[in-house]
Amino acid sequence: MLDLAKYQSIGAALRDALDQFANEVCLIESDRERETERLTYREFRERGHALAKGLQDSDFSGGRTAASGQNPAAIIMTNQPKWLISAYAIFHCGGVLVPLDYKLTPDEHWQLLKHSGVSVLITEYPIWRQLAASNALEGSCVRTVLVTEAPADADLHGAERWEEFRGAGEPAFVARQRHDIACIVYSSGTGGRPKGCMITHENYLEQCVALTSLYPFWPGIRYLSILPTNHAIDFMVGFFGPFICGATVVHLRTLRPEYVREAFPKYKIAYVSLVPLVLKNLRKGLQARFDALPSRKRKLLNALVAINKVLTRGRPRPAISRLLLRQVHDAFGGDLRAIIVGGAFTEPQTLQFFYDLGIPVANGYGLTEAGTAITVNDLKPFRADTVGKPLPGMEVRIVNPDAEGVGEVAVRSKTVMAGYLNDAELTAEAIVDGWLMTGDLGRFDGDGHLQLFGRKKNMIVTEEGKNIYPEDIEKVFESLPVKEFCVFAANYIWPRRAMAGEQLVLVLHLEPGQSMTEDLRREINSRNQRLLNYKRIHGVVLWNEDFPRTASVKIKRNALAERLAQLERASAVQSL
Amino acid sequence: MRTLEQTTKEVLELASRHFNVQPGSLTPEDDFFKKLGIDSLQALELLTRLENHFGIELPDYEMQGVSDFRTLADRIQTRL
Repeated sequence: MLDLAKYQSIGAALRDALDQFANEVCLIESDRERETERLTYREFRERGHALAKGLQDSDFSGGRTAASGQNPAAIIMTNQPKWLISAYAIFHCGGVLVPLDYKLTPDEHWQLLKHSGVSVLITEYPIWRQLAASNALEGSCVRTVLVTEAPADADLHGAERWEEFRGAGEPAFVARQRHDIACIVYSSGTGGRPKGCMITHENYLEQCVALTSLYPFWPGIRYLSILPTNHAIDFMVGFFGPFICGATVVHLRTLRPEYVREAFPKYKIAYVSLVPLVLKNLRKGLQARFDALPSRKRKLLNALVAINKVLTRGRPRPAISRLLLRQVHDAFGGDLRAIIVGGAFTEPQTLQFFYDLGIPVANGYGLTEAGTAITVNDLKPFRADTVGKPLPGMEVRIVNPDAEGVGEVAVRSKTVMAGYLNDAELTAEAIVDGWLMTGDLGRFDGDGHLQLFGRKKNMIVTEEGKNIYPEDIEKVFESLPVKEFCVFAANYIWPRRAMAGEQLVLVLHLEPGQSMTEDLRREINSRNQRLLNYKRIHGVVLWNEDFPRTASVKIKRNALAERLAQLERASAVQSL
Repeated sequence: MRTLEQTTKEVLELASRHFNVQPGSLTPEDDFFKKLGIDSLQALELLTRLENHFGIELPDYEMQGVSDFRTLADRIQTRL
C-alpha cells in the first residue's frame, strides 16, 4: 500500500499506484458468463493517459466553477472499467469529478449537471440517448460529451465516442493540493435544494488510510463492485482503496442474481459491498435453503453454526469457520473475507446471521458529508447491536444528550467535506464550529461503540440506501384539492428510537366544511402511485389549523411538526 | 417476424402473468416500476423472463432508464 501521508491528491496517489503495481491485474469485467475485459495496472494507465491527453487537447481546463476554481467533469455510468478509467483521467488533469447516480431520471441529471456547472460529461450511450432527448444541453455548461458503447450507426446527438477520444503522447500531470476539491457528490436534493458535497483530496486520502487500516487490500485480493461507483462507499472501496494497494476490482455488467452468485467462486471474491436490502434478501435465500435441508442435515448445520458461534465470540477466525461450514463458504467462493454493508441501517439479526456463519459483515455508519464512514465495526469483538467505533482520526461527540445519553451525533475530522456547493446557508447549518452536525441521534455505550436511535432531521433512508427528503416528493401532490398539505417523515414528528421501518406521511389541512371523502382518498392514492415505490407515503394525517408560515409563506416545518406531535401517532395516521 | 404491436402485446401479457395482475390492466405507456410497484431486482427478473420468451439477450446497461412498456418493447424489437 502506498503511504498516503506523502500525497497531496488522489491523482498523484493513483498515478504512483499504476506505476508501482504495473504488472498486477487491476480490473476484470464480466458480462454474464463471458469475461469481457482484464486489465493490468499498466494497461489501465495506457488507457487513462490516452483519455487524459484527449481531454487536455480539447481544453479541459475551461469551465471553472466559482466555488471550486477547478474543472468539473461528470460521470454517469453503470459500474464498469470505463468509469474508473474516466475518473483517473479527470484526476490526472487536475479536474473536479461529479459522480452522478445513473438511476436518476434525465430531468434530475440535467438539474445536477447545471447546478455543478459541469463542462465535460462522460456517459453510456443508452443514458445519453435519454438525456439528449430532453433537449437541455444548450441551456447547460456542458461542452464535451463522451459516450461509451455507442452502436456503429448511432445518432450521437453531438457527443463523441469515448473509445475514439484519444490524444497522442503523454498528458501533463496537473498537481492539486490537499485542500482542493476532488469531487462534488450529491447527497440529495434532486426534487428540491441540491446538496452537492464538496469533498477534498484530503477527505479521501484520510478516509482511505482509516478504512484500509481495518479492512486491508493487497495485490491479488479481489473486490466485487456492485454498489454504484458514484456512491461514496464504492468509490472508496471499489476504486481508490484497492488501487492504492494494487488489488483487483471486478465489475459485472449484469446484476441478475444468478450471475452475481456465480461471480463469487469464479473470481474468488474477498470483499463485496451491498445495501441492507440486498443483504436481507441474501439472508432470506440462504435461510430458505437451510430450511429445505433434510432434518438430519439441518440439525448438523445448526450444531456446526453453534460451535462456530462459540469459537468466534471474541474475534473472527476465518480458517476455522471455513473448515466448519465449508459448503456455505464454498457457495461464496471460499475466499470471502467480509461483506461491507452501507447506505442505510442494517438490522442486527441480519448482521448476526452472517457472522454466525463465519462471514463478517463490516457495518458502520457514515454520511457523504463526512467523507463516507464515521464508525465501523472493528470485529474485536463483533457487535450486531451497534454501528461500531469511530474510525481512526474521527472525533465523535453527542450534542445535548438526554438523561439516557442520547443526543445528536457530531463529527470533526479531516474527512469532513468542505461544504455544500454554492450554498453557504446550508453549509453553515451543517458544519458548526468545525463540527459536522449529522442530524442523527445516538449514544456511546460503555465500550465506546456508537448506537443509533433515530433522526433529528426530516428525512428517511430506505433499505436500498436511498435518502428521501419529504420536500422532494411534495411536487406530486401539487394542486391537490385541499387547503394545504405537507409531507413529513413520521419519525420526525413522533421521534421513535428506531432506524428501521421509516415512513412518510401526508399532512392535510382540509377546506372549511370539507371532509376526507373516498374521491379525495382515491386522488391521493392515484398521485402516490406516480411515485416510485420507495418514495411513496404510507398514511395521511388530518390537521385542522393553518400551517405556520414564514413571511415568504414557506411552511415552517419545525413549528408544524411540534404542533402535530401533540397528536397521538397511532390514531392520527390513517392508512391509505 | 413479429410487429412492434405484437411484441408490445406479448410484453404486457408476460408482465401481467409474472406479477400476477389482471390481464388487460397494463398499457404500453405505463411505467412498470410505478404501476407494478416493483424494485430494480424485480425488474431484472422480468427482463430474464422476457429474454427466455423472445430468445434474445437484453443487456442491463441498455435497459438503463427504460421504465415504460412501450420503450421496453421497442428495445426488444430491435433485437428480434
